Amino acid sequence: MTTVYVPRDAGALSLGAEAVARAIARGADSRSQALRMVRNGSRGLYFLEPLVEVDSPGGREAYGPVSAADVPGLLDAGLLEDRPAGTGGPAAKHPLALGRTEDLPYLKSQQRLTFARVGITDPTSVEDYVAHGGYRGLERALSLDPAAIVQAVTDSGLRGRGGAAFPTGIKWKTVHDQAADRKYVTCNADEGDSGTFSDRMLMEGDPLVLIEGMTIAAVAVGATQGYIYLRAEYPHAHRTLIEAITAAYGAGYLGSSVRGSGKRFDLEVRLGAGAYICGEETSMLESLEGRRGEVRVRPPLPAVKGLFGRPTIVNNVVSLSTVPVILERGAEFYRDFGMGKSRGTLPIQLGGNLRRGGLVERAFGLTLTELLYDYGGGSASGRPLRAVQVGGPLGAYIPASQFDTPVDYEALSGIGALLGHGGIVAFDDTVDMARMARYAMEFCAIESCGKCTPCRIGSTRGVEIVDRILKGIEPGANIALLEELCETMVQGSLCGLGGMAPFPVQSALKHFPEDFRRARQ
Amino acid sequence: MEALTASQRETVRRILTRMRDRPGPLLEILHGIQDHLGFVPGAAVPLIAAELNLSRAEVHGVVTFYHHFRHTPPGRHIVQICRAESCQSMGAEGLAEHAMRRLGVEFQETTADGAFSLHPVYCLGNCACSPAVMIDGELYGRVTPARLDELLAQREPSK
Ligand SMILES: Cc1cc2nc3c(=O)[nH]c(=O)nc-3n(C[C@H](O)[C@H](O)[C@H](O)COP(=O)(O)O)c2cc1C
Ligand code: SF4
Ligand code: FES
Repeated sequence: MTTVYVPRDAGALSLGAEAVARAIARGADSRSQALRMVRNGSRGLYFLEPLVEVDSPGGREAYGPVSAADVPGLLDAGLLEDRPAGTGGPAAKHPLALGRTEDLPYLKSQQRLTFARVGITDPTSVEDYVAHGGYRGLERALSLDPAAIVQAVTDSGLRGRGGAAFPTGIKWKTVHDQAADRKYVTCNADEGDSGTFSDRMLMEGDPLVLIEGMTIAAVAVGATQGYIYLRAEYPHAHRTLIEAITAAYGAGYLGSSVRGSGKRFDLEVRLGAGAYICGEETSMLESLEGRRGEVRVRPPLPAVKGLFGRPTIVNNVVSLSTVPVILERGAEFYRDFGMGKSRGTLPIQLGGNLRRGGLVERAFGLTLTELLYDYGGGSASGRPLRAVQVGGPLGAYIPASQFDTPVDYEALSGIGALLGHGGIVAFDDTVDMARMARYAMEFCAIESCGKCTPCRIGSTRGVEIVDRILKGIEPGANIALLEELCETMVQGSLCGLGGMAPFPVQSALKHFPEDFRRARQ
Repeated sequence: MEALTASQRETVRRILTRMRDRPGPLLEILHGIQDHLGFVPGAAVPLIAAELNLSRAEVHGVVTFYHHFRHTPPGRHIVQICRAESCQSMGAEGLAEHAMRRLGVEFQETTADGAFSLHPVYCLGNCACSPAVMIDGELYGRVTPARLDELLAQREPSK
């Protein structure tokens, strides 16, 4: 019986994967062909989604992008027929046949550690997860002293992938060292940054690796309760997480005695409610407690006094999902990837105006050019790329003249940019950078939690000033005013929203001054 | 403020009883109410406040803080168009203008016949397939104006 894989990833579904799955099931049925269908995550090659794969003795074969209308033709070509060992399947000559999935250049050159299983396994099957190396990190962790787990994470060089890039092991050590009646592990799955989708792909494609990472964190610091704070915009991830958590409980990996260790760990998903600021960790904790997501003044750090006043780990989905491989293969194995102070691999998300958008996990150090052209294939529109925004709505715009910059923490901050959650959004030469600057201010005004005046009021003023610039009203004076306003926001804001929303504006002014000197209709 | 109908009141009560003892339950409760009633009626606020020992102002403050919670009944279908940068780079502005023209509403409004509510959203995590749209929780990628028309027509064929 042939096994067919059709992704259940929301991005694949957005391009018709559900209709493809139904057409395959129906077609197989009417031909009385037996099949086993796995609804996997996405391989992250969105330009090929819906990507259908078929098991074959030589490795999985890929077909894509497949539409429901292509399915009868694929079945006629022998998609579901048995493959003799060593040959491509009978459908290998079909125009949508891509050969072995593993050989696709976009995938073959990647170094997938965190995403090792995404797109390969059945996301909510514990059995499949374990068969593909899952839960080895936890087994190892359970055999170690908690302090040794924390040490391994510290030694790996892992820095938080949510944006602030704080060393994960050091945060864990603080929580570990607190004496408290209760501690929490919380996962920041708010993924509010536009241009990013690695958290979503992981939660939909390999939710058990996140669950395992959180369980290891709990064992390391002595926490008994975990929460995944998930943005409400991700209903698919919500369903997958709940299925996976239920499966993990069923298999004894969560609950009163994790794998018979006598250690309790309970895990629950909590939904956000459409507020970008709730991705900021203290605002997230307020929201988890059922309040307005207003940013807390630090200190105390969440690691000391976090959720319900208890020591709390707050980590991003990718950070936590990277912990299992570190425990399984060792800190050195992970640290040997990367360069300088950027250790390990980074799942980079390519979005916007690119021919081949998707997920690229590689050791730190690729340049923007390599990412945008070798992987991304240049612009989707066929026009020259003019700018990219790295790191979400608070990230700087980088002009084409700086595309030789390596994508790591230090190199990006060296050019006044930031890596954030690793999203890269490409724009062709039709982009109007003054309008993008206006949008940055508008976004800040919509999403401000309201606590500080420069952020709340300043951003609205910023929109008005850019509007005058767009109309060509006293551009010189208004540009000076805008620069001054940005400075005030950077200096006078409590958190990164008001403090960094000026970055896209300042970088647009710096690199694309011509767009601010031209009156629009 | 409109009073709750008997069945709305019953729903709110049921959700409160089920969730009030959970840690930090307010957001969960508001989600529960909106999932069942389609919005969070203002008249539910005093009930929630009494049950959780909070002031009405506190509960109101939470309901209004979050963009997700609606204060009036939505249309039969909820159309969310992504306005964030990646989707802008692929024509989201034009798509939003098209949607407004076609439906005859602005963002945050519902068509006169109650069929569609139109909302902006700031990233749906589908940036590799921009522009993205979500309708009633279903995600769509690389949405052109023509494709949007099709998707709307599938839901309300008469329109
Ligand atoms: C305005 C703002 C929004 C943020 N949004 C997110 C987010 O959506 N997801 C996330 O993981 N971190 C976000 N962060 C960073 C968190 O505050 C925090 O640093 C992170 O969750 C810690 O996890 P990590 O160390 O694993 O990265 C945001 C920060 C700011 C200032
Ligand atoms: S900078 Fe803005 S979002 Fe951050 S705390 Fe101040 S008002 Fe709130
Ligand atoms: S920016 Fe539109 S889906 Fe991410």
